[in-house]
Amino acid sequence: MTRPLIHLESIHKYYGDYHALRGIDLDIRPGEFFSLLGPSGCGKTTLLRTIAGFEDVSSGNMFIDGRDMKRVPANQRPTNMVFQSYAIFPHLTVAENVGFGLRRDPRPKAEKAKAVEEALEMVGLRGYGKRAAHALSGGQRQRVALARALILKPKVLLLDEPLSALDKKMREQMQVELIRLQRSVGITFILVTHDQEEALVMSDRIAVMFEGEIGQMADPETLYRRPNSRRVAEFIGKMNILPGHVTEGGPGVTVDVAGLGRAEVATEQAPGGVVAGDTAVGIRPETLAILFEGEETTRRVVEGVVDEVVYYGDMTYYDVRVDGVPEPLNISMKNLIGRPVLDVGTRTRVAWDERSLVVLAR
Amino acid sequence: MLRGYAVLYLIFLYAPIALLPIFAFNDGSIIAFPLQGFTTRWFSELWTNSALHNAVQNSLFIAVMTAVFATLLGICAARAGAMASFPGKQGILGFVMLPLVLPEIIVAVSLLIVLRQVLGLQLSNWSVIAAHVLICTPFSIAILNGAFQNLDPAMEEAAMDLGESRWSAFRLITLPLVMPGIVSSLLISFTISLDEFIIAFFLTGTNPTMPVYIWGLLRFPGQLPVVMALGTILVALSIILLTIAEYYRRRGLARAGVADTGGFL
Amino acid sequence: MAIGTWLTTERGRAATLVVPPFVYALLLLAIPVGAVILFSFWTQDFMTVDRTFTLDNYREIATTPVYGLLLRRSLFVSGTVTIVTVLLAYPIAYFVSFHVPAHRKSLWLFLITIPFWTSYLIRVFLWKVILGYNGVINSGLQGLGIIDEPLTFILYNVNAVIITLAHAFAPFAILPIFVALEKIDRSLLEASQDLGETRLTTFLRVTLPLSMPGLVAAVLIVFIPTIGDYVTPELMGGAGGKLIANMIQTQFLQLNNAPLGAALALVAMVSVTAISLVFILLNRRWLRGR
Repeated sequence: MTRPLIHLESIHKYYGDYHALRGIDLDIRPGEFFSLLGPSGCGKTTLLRTIAGFEDVSSGNMFIDGRDMKRVPANQRPTNMVFQSYAIFPHLTVAENVGFGLRRDPRPKAEKAKAVEEALEMVGLRGYGKRAAHALSGGQRQRVALARALILKPKVLLLDEPLSALDKKMREQMQVELIRLQRSVGITFILVTHDQEEALVMSDRIAVMFEGEIGQMADPETLYRRPNSRRVAEFIGKMNILPGHVTEGGPGVTVDVAGLGRAEVATEQAPGGVVAGDTAVGIRPETLAILFEGEETTRRVVEGVVDEVVYYGDMTYYDVRVDGVPEPLNISMKNLIGRPVLDVGTRTRVAWDERSLVVLAR
Repeated sequence: MLRGYAVLYLIFLYAPIALLPIFAFNDGSIIAFPLQGFTTRWFSELWTNSALHNAVQNSLFIAVMTAVFATLLGICAARAGAMASFPGKQGILGFVMLPLVLPEIIVAVSLLIVLRQVLGLQLSNWSVIAAHVLICTPFSIAILNGAFQNLDPAMEEAAMDLGESRWSAFRLITLPLVMPGIVSSLLISFTISLDEFIIAFFLTGTNPTMPVYIWGLLRFPGQLPVVMALGTILVALSIILLTIAEYYRRRGLARAGVADTGGFL
Repeated sequence: MAIGTWLTTERGRAATLVVPPFVYALLLLAIPVGAVILFSFWTQDFMTVDRTFTLDNYREIATTPVYGLLLRRSLFVSGTVTIVTVLLAYPIAYFVSFHVPAHRKSLWLFLITIPFWTSYLIRVFLWKVILGYNGVINSGLQGLGIIDEPLTFILYNVNAVIITLAHAFAPFAILPIFVALEKIDRSLLEASQDLGETRLTTFLRVTLPLSMPGLVAAVLIVFIPTIGDYVTPELMGGAGGKLIANMIQTQFLQLNNAPLGAALALVAMVSVTAISLVFILLNRRWLRGR
């Protein structure tokens, strides 16, 4: 494995009595698109700001590119930041904003101007240099903030909820642009977001944070398919949580799932570790299937009654009550040709698969 | 109906000031109707009055010093106000704003006792400056609060993130953005100090300030037309200064990209 | 945490910044007011101050009728000025906040504040010109044949003092009320009308209670400082219109009796503060009782 670009070692941060970061250990590789994901107040922004140098750490070590960051102020760190509010200087032009960090650059003026023009071109704002910054739209501001940070060729670009101020359409467009930009410049990006979909779409790896701790750190697919705890499972996507009972550990795990019956699952399906005893078992709505009339399956089947139907156009979401399962099961079905939309109260069969179960710690 | 009332109210507000130029140019030594005819001789008398010139000089000196010091203190307080909270911050800032609601005579009396009786100092222009800074600082803070609190705190951080030191970030980003507020605060403090009488009357040294000098003139009926002429000039001057201050305040808001919400306070 | 590292945090820097204005106010306000309190318990002995602790000054204030008379008159004048000023100011603040288009609001506020910033002494004196024996009102009314003899009840008495002060403090009352009115979410008024209230009852049940903080601020910002004004009573009040501030000024600058002056100033200050506090408490109770 290559040497990590950012290495954090049991970082703690206190605000008075409030313990904001509780022992963060983290390695981020060069060129990685890394996301810090979590609900508001989980410490993700604080962590980003300690990496930027805006917050001191109370204890722990931080290395960026092998260099100890203790007592290195923000203006001397090889990091640059895109702020949530973008922090575009309203009294300067777009070009002056983008070229702000070049003030101490010894290059001649003409070269700096060229660098600014290139940076603007990179974010798709060619020819905007002379505009007043306060007259820009939200999306344009964000591009200026990106150009302004990237012009200094930082080792790491820090993005603090950069898309939260944009409307849905603009946000989706910028997600794609950010991924493309990151691949072309090859700089490590660290993104802070509370939007799980955004994190899944954009990141190479994601750290999910709760209450100042990292709950799980993994690539998007692992995070989605194999959450290691109930809170990660519930924070990312939808998850049916059923009570279960592990009877046996070992190479395979035997678990009794309420309403579904006994199942044998692989060790990887219990990423949080297995202990014999009561547990929670998760299963995603899209891995369950309603068997319509005449459909047969080799998968396991339980019977239930439709409790709620929400029609979404391309999809239909069902809540199906199954004997022995405390909460109705959430099932999402693609509306393929010939598939009816069932009515509430319909008796139906639900197919499920042992391979899509996750045994959740706690 | 409300609009009619508002217009009447403005007339009530402006009635006294409107009389100023009328009597300043009136060719009669008594300030009463009927008017006597047009003259500019009261203005010419102003030019030859050396006692007045001294008073004006004193007042200008006091007002300039007051404006500078009050604005400096105002910048400190307003910036602190926009920054992170610490224990007791609200109380301290509230205490600094106290002179805004304190009767001026209390300020005057308490400073007089300290300066004359406790410290045994001679009164001078500086005693007036000290008191004027005290009463102007809250106004300065009120004006500058608007300027500082409209600033996005991420702005300075962004500058530091791009390589500037804490001080150069302040100089390059915050200072230009709050400059209109600073100019506005300087002008307002200057205007308040130039016009202040109640405290100055207690604390002025051997050289009277302009309002103290005017107070003296008010006792001599023969001098009243000259006072009218002086008042006319002062009012014109104040309006010009305030218009400039208002212009800068609005420009500051426009720069920060904020909608205008109201007046000086 | 060590002080040195605390000072580099943002809180620490904010605390450092607040030191200069705080120390200034401490040195020039808190300590001098403390000196006034101290002096009020001393006595003037011809040219020197006798520093033995005594309640003589307060005893003298309590037993000499003129001080009580001046204090009561001062409080009456301040109270009346406050009521008049705030009642006159509320509709203006309401008008500017609710009826003036947004882009014209600052122009109106500017027009309202301008007279406030122009020479105070001369403004007070001009009221004398307006209200005087040969003044604008009298000559106007005589010219129109409404009166034969000039009216005399409008100058050199308490009425004249009240009119002049109400004029001087007008912007002080308008601005806080305006700010409070501006903060009111306009959809609340629509919600109230939607729930069946008329415009008048909406005003009474929604607008007025919500503007109460501004109204209270206006009352305090007019009531407290007016007690300390000696210019207006001196110029407008005549013999029967002198107030406590004139007496304080006389004690300090003419009779050279700083201890008695200090005691008078404190009594005046404590009286207005006490009345203000009672007012604030009553107001809170009223708002809560609704």
